[in-house]
Amino acid sequence: MAAVPTSWFLLLGAILFVIGAAGVLVRRNALIVLMCIEMMMNAVNLTFIAFARHLDSLTGQIFVLMVMAVAAVEVAIGLAILIELNRLRETTDLDDASSLKG
Amino acid sequence: MVLQLPQVLFFVLAATAVLAALGVIFNRNAVYSALSLLLNFFSLAVLYLMLNAQFIAVVHIVVYAGAIVVLFLFVVMLLGAGGEMRPRNWLNWNTAFFVGIAVVLLTLLGTVVYEGFIGGATGVATPQRVAELGQTEALGLALFTTYLLPFELASILLLVGMIGAVVLGQRWRATLRRSDKGDQ
Repeated sequence: MAAVPTSWFLLLGAILFVIGAAGVLVRRNALIVLMCIEMMMNAVNLTFIAFARHLDSLTGQIFVLMVMAVAAVEVAIGLAILIELNRLRETTDLDDASSLKG
Repeated sequence: MVLQLPQVLFFVLAATAVLAALGVIFNRNAVYSALSLLLNFFSLAVLYLMLNAQFIAVVHIVVYAGAIVVLFLFVVMLLGAGGEMRPRNWLNWNTAFFVGIAVVLLTLLGTVVYEGFIGGATGVATPQRVAELGQTEALGLALFTTYLLPFELASILLLVGMIGAVVLGQRWRATLRRSDKGDQ
């Protein structure tokens, strides 16, 4: 019973991933960039689950759980770094925090 | 071709997800972006339900909508939700180039994966077996037997992340830095 083909889900995942990637590239507010990274991870999760259904395997769903753990850690650390950056530079603009560029 | 109900549902949810994703990157106010992100997460959760992944859908709502978006909103409120100072030119050649590259890459990747890997169903977790075992139980069984090591590593990762966030957020570090800079 697969009324909705797997390829539709894959296409939706690709669209969401591209929107997230575009957001990371064009937005300079570090908060929005973090949100876009979350969106990209979710697009990958959707792909994993679509393949899990298609291949009758639970491995994709297990992997999604791992991705969720990584995403939670990433957001916690990222936002902590962002608050620290705001203390030091009083900005959340990524272009103002480019001193590591050398 | 007559669309069946799941297909109509898919299109509605997909449109919601894509529009919400666009809302995240087009809103100037970070609060609206966070709320669009929430909408995106909810439509994805329903899509997970459609894909027969009930446990993942619930965990997705709890972790993303319940924890991550709330954390985002806290930080947005803390740092101020103002728009970006400089208006940026959205449609320059760099952006178009990157987006084009991403689209081409993903099309290729999707085609290769779809053509190459999808034969018949190969796994053991057929819908019938999962249904008689129960989705959550089947997932837990796999998580605690085959995938025990990744599971434990994830807990260590979470511990490291927690310690890192606490260390980064400590106030004495900020005052130390400030005295290093010598401006206060």
